Amino acid sequence: MEQVFTVGFLVAVLAAAIAAGSAILFACLGELLAERSGVLNLGVEGMMLIGALAGVAATLGTGNPWLGAGAAILAGAGMASIHALLAVGLKANQVVSGLALTLFGGGLSAFLGQRYVGLPLPASFGREPVPLLADLPLFGPILFRQDPLVYLSYALVPALWFFVYKTRAGLRLRALGERPEAADAMGIDVDRLRASYVVVGGALAGLGGAAISLGTNPGWTEGMTAGRGWIAVALVIFAGWNPARAALGAWLFGGVEAGQFRLQGAGVDISPFFLGMLPYLFTIVVLVLATRPGARHRLGAPAALGLPYQREERG
Amino acid sequence: MADVLGRWRLERLPSPSRLGAVLVPAASILLALVAGGLIVALAGQNPLAVYGAMLAGALGSRNGLAETLVKTTPLLLTGLGVAVAFRMRLWNIGGEGQFYLGAIVATWIALFGLPDAGGWALVPAMIAAGLLGGALWGLIPGALRAYLGANETIVTLMLNYVAILLADWLVHGPWKDPQAFGFPGTPRFSSAAALPALAPTRVHLGLLFGVTAAAVLWVLFRRTRWGYEIGVMGESDRAARYAGMPTRRTILLVMALSGALCGLAGMSEVAGIGQQLQRNLSPGYGYTAIIVAWVGRLHPGGIVVVAFVLAALLVGGDQIQMSMGLPAAIAPMLQGIVLFFLLGGELLTRYRLVRHPAPSDAAATGAGT
Amino acid sequence: MRSVSKHFGPTVANDAVDFAASWGEVHALIGENGAGKSTLMSILAGLYRPDAGTLGVAGEPVRFRSPRDAIRHGVGMVYQHFMLVEPFTVAENVLLGARDRGVVLDTRSVEADLSRLGERYGLAVDPRAPVWHLGVGERQRVEVLRLLLLGARILVFDEPTAVLTPQEARSLIATLRALAAEGFCVVFISHKLDEVLAVADRITVMRRGRVAATTTPAETDRRALARMMVGRELAAFVEHPAEEPHETVPAGNVALRVRGLRARGDNGLEALAGVDLEVRAGETLGIAGVAGNGQRELAETIVGLRPTAGGSVHIGGRDLTDKGCSAVARTGVAHIPEDRLATGLVGSLDVSENAILRDYRRPPLARGPFLVGRAVAAFTDRLIHGHDVKTPSRWAKVRTLSGGNQQKLLLARELAGDPAVIVAVHPTRGVDIGATEAIHGSLRAQRCRGAATLLIGEDLDELLALCDRIAVLYEGRVVGELPARGADLERLGLLMAGIQEATASGATAADRPPVVLRG
Repeated sequence: MEQVFTVGFLVAVLAAAIAAGSAILFACLGELLAERSGVLNLGVEGMMLIGALAGVAATLGTGNPWLGAGAAILAGAGMASIHALLAVGLKANQVVSGLALTLFGGGLSAFLGQRYVGLPLPASFGREPVPLLADLPLFGPILFRQDPLVYLSYALVPALWFFVYKTRAGLRLRALGERPEAADAMGIDVDRLRASYVVVGGALAGLGGAAISLGTNPGWTEGMTAGRGWIAVALVIFAGWNPARAALGAWLFGGVEAGQFRLQGAGVDISPFFLGMLPYLFTIVVLVLATRPGARHRLGAPAALGLPYQREERG
Repeated sequence: MADVLGRWRLERLPSPSRLGAVLVPAASILLALVAGGLIVALAGQNPLAVYGAMLAGALGSRNGLAETLVKTTPLLLTGLGVAVAFRMRLWNIGGEGQFYLGAIVATWIALFGLPDAGGWALVPAMIAAGLLGGALWGLIPGALRAYLGANETIVTLMLNYVAILLADWLVHGPWKDPQAFGFPGTPRFSSAAALPALAPTRVHLGLLFGVTAAAVLWVLFRRTRWGYEIGVMGESDRAARYAGMPTRRTILLVMALSGALCGLAGMSEVAGIGQQLQRNLSPGYGYTAIIVAWVGRLHPGGIVVVAFVLAALLVGGDQIQMSMGLPAAIAPMLQGIVLFFLLGGELLTRYRLVRHPAPSDAAATGAGT
Repeated sequence: MRSVSKHFGPTVANDAVDFAASWGEVHALIGENGAGKSTLMSILAGLYRPDAGTLGVAGEPVRFRSPRDAIRHGVGMVYQHFMLVEPFTVAENVLLGARDRGVVLDTRSVEADLSRLGERYGLAVDPRAPVWHLGVGERQRVEVLRLLLLGARILVFDEPTAVLTPQEARSLIATLRALAAEGFCVVFISHKLDEVLAVADRITVMRRGRVAATTTPAETDRRALARMMVGRELAAFVEHPAEEPHETVPAGNVALRVRGLRARGDNGLEALAGVDLEVRAGETLGIAGVAGNGQRELAETIVGLRPTAGGSVHIGGRDLTDKGCSAVARTGVAHIPEDRLATGLVGSLDVSENAILRDYRRPPLARGPFLVGRAVAAFTDRLIHGHDVKTPSRWAKVRTLSGGNQQKLLLARELAGDPAVIVAVHPTRGVDIGATEAIHGSLRAQRCRGAATLLIGEDLDELLALCDRIAVLYEGRVVGELPARGADLERLGLLMAGIQEATASGATAADRPPVVLRG
């Protein structure tokens, strides 16, 4: 067994972890924005599926994966706007609305995707090594021989971190999730901003879907996100609503996913079904650790998460 | 959304209006079917033909109706199961996993526990096993929630995947039927393990379990101290503690009961239909159960009705897959749309739209709805 | 503001109200709870939109669609519940509403502005401190500073002194006067008649959604104002609150004994740091103190809702420390919690479901595991009639009842079993005067019957009127106790600020800098 864990093997696993994690990362960052604004969206899985399908359909139509990614973003945003309308505009139950979105997205993508099943893509996001950086020892092969969407995720993480913690818009975003009535009193349009963040979150989830269907597993199969959307939801908690930690978590999950195939390939005899359970069990463990009594305050959960804001409702 | 609503404002009604409580959901479902029809039409199909085929397939014949009742059984049991938890505001969306666990444990009894027992011993043992397996799968998130405060929504959901993978492993590996060549599944149970049919159709005793469970829950919710406690705890955790209600114990019991009913659904599915555990045993009953419970207003009677309607939808989906070559996924898609419209429509029963006097500066634009 | 009207569902909060305030004046707006003061001012601040009527600022007609519009026209409001984001620093809270401060968070320039303004108006506060670290008085200063920085010229205060110690209140009032002297228009809502008479240039009285009168302190007095507020003569209570006669009840045995009680607050920090108390049968002990000094935790620990972190609670001689809520209730302890709709009642359940919350386990309400519908109905009717709870039916959702009727229902249920000990927290908060009198009457009757009452209050007048002794809670400790009869208000105030006699002249007040007025 020792010969399995060579440097080369580890580099390959880490590189694959980052590639596999990027889809979860996009979705997780999107959900993070929505939750920071105080809206829980359990529709990530559905939005990712629709995004994945839209990406495939647009790429098949245009031959250009970038247009595919754009279509995925629009499709995800469109799905999220249903949630924005129901959960923010009409103050409907956020849990049920999110679940409905996942059901709808799963059903609609399977229905519309029937004709795309198994079609090979004319083009997809392949690995494009970054000049110079790709030749760095260790870091080169791990970080800089990836597909362009992965590079986009590298840029997105610090950008969102800066946005959330260092800009005035980020300050307003945090206030929305923390104390919407305070934001309202300061002249911030709570519902409109919340709706926008839900839609942006959906756009990122859609892009996450495309990262799978145009990147790691090119082409369309029914239910191809395989629960990654749900992992993204769990990961937001794991990340403590912090974009930098979201990246760490997403790559960790990517690692479990990637390691599973590599270990099989290397002849390690663990049933793939048990390996497949690991990310889910791991999420539970993380969740339990993160919600240890007393840990909640340090976690930084937005205080108003999941609560619709209604100004004129009073006793 | 201020712009969407323009000068219209939502005003909360002191109590929901009676008429609205009936009319609004009916109108919502109708509108949802229209919206779903639009999608079907955009995909190049005739929505009326599709709906017609679905309706005829589900209710138009003795066999279709029987098939709908067969599908009602798991939806009813899982719907009641998750409703027990929802009554207490425990978001158990793990009905799917609990369903699988019930099926797995019942299968173990049939194949390995008491393989040679007669029906009078075997069926009750399998029922107990199904209840137990589901209860166990519900107790895990229940305990994590009660003692560690872990969010049960995410835990139950993650356990769904674990349970499905566990079943997959069993039917591909240790419990695989050696005679079944490529097809993943366990061997058939002995005939003593089969739930008796209720008529010369595929409808089996499981339907009776569901109806009985609905009646028992109705009494539980309306007439017992425990049901009252669940109601209070669901509405206000603080008030429950104030009244000295044993919150933790009740979380455990409710999650166990919730899981047990879903597990019973899984047991009745393996024992009533295929007499074997196979891959993709459930086409997402545990998720549809959430809709069944929500749309049925967590009321056992309502759940019976909704389970039947959604079962018809599922059978209709299967029918058009066979007759028109359309994916059965049209059923969950329609379910999602119906839910959207019900959620939006529910608002109209709780709030009313009030028009505000036109601001002088905005009057020219004549902002409307 | 001209003929402004506003409805909430079927209730009319404002009915064709005319209101005017001038630059350079302090204008008080007074009225009972529910008279429509807060609604009127929330309309002025753009939080609510009026159903009818017009607003004008500096002669210009304006129409506010949101607080943003109001602030743009120089109208800012300090709400009763501060509109601050607790995890943010003071400077960040100010930046939240600021315009033209760039894209990137730049707290430094705001910090300088805050210091400058704080100095000028006697509103010193550390701009870098997170808000949750600050005391109530400091948070209020942050609110005022923020409005000033946003360019507000009309400042509205919603019951600003309700949460302050008398000393803090005095310094705030000095700030209000200073602002008015500089030409600001200051409107403040209050129901404290003395304060209003002392500070205001003009007074507008509201009653049941309408303006009852506008007057000046020179033209009126306490009695006249009280009459205008309620529309009828009141008991002596309002006029001479501290001299309400107590019937003397011979004090009985110690019914409630608390020793060295410690507990943590919701934020995990120590909220009770060793409290000792004794209440005898037939005695009422008042707990005074500025909100957030452990009152809530004290009540919750005694009744078993919150675990202790040390010390003991004995009720009727039995040790009930950490025995849980139902054990405490069974011993005969009634609890009127602070937040009736969150703890004591369930708003979305109906009257009878709320009525049986305490006794649903016992016969005749329960038989075995079942509830007896007829007994539940009879029990509910008894509570409703016994305490004059006005409700359309037993099936009405409790949320739809008025605050006073909710509280009467709660009281009826808690007092139904003739409890030996009553723990009441703010029993008349948000309740109209009629219900307040009824609730006071019930509590007095219980005292005469021999119940030991622990009354946690925020209204000193109420405590003085109902209690035999008053203990002051400050930072989780009892810092002093005095008999209610003839109590020295000045001393109570100092105790509430954490200043005990021995150190009154010393440095304990260092963290609350003395207010210096300039300009």
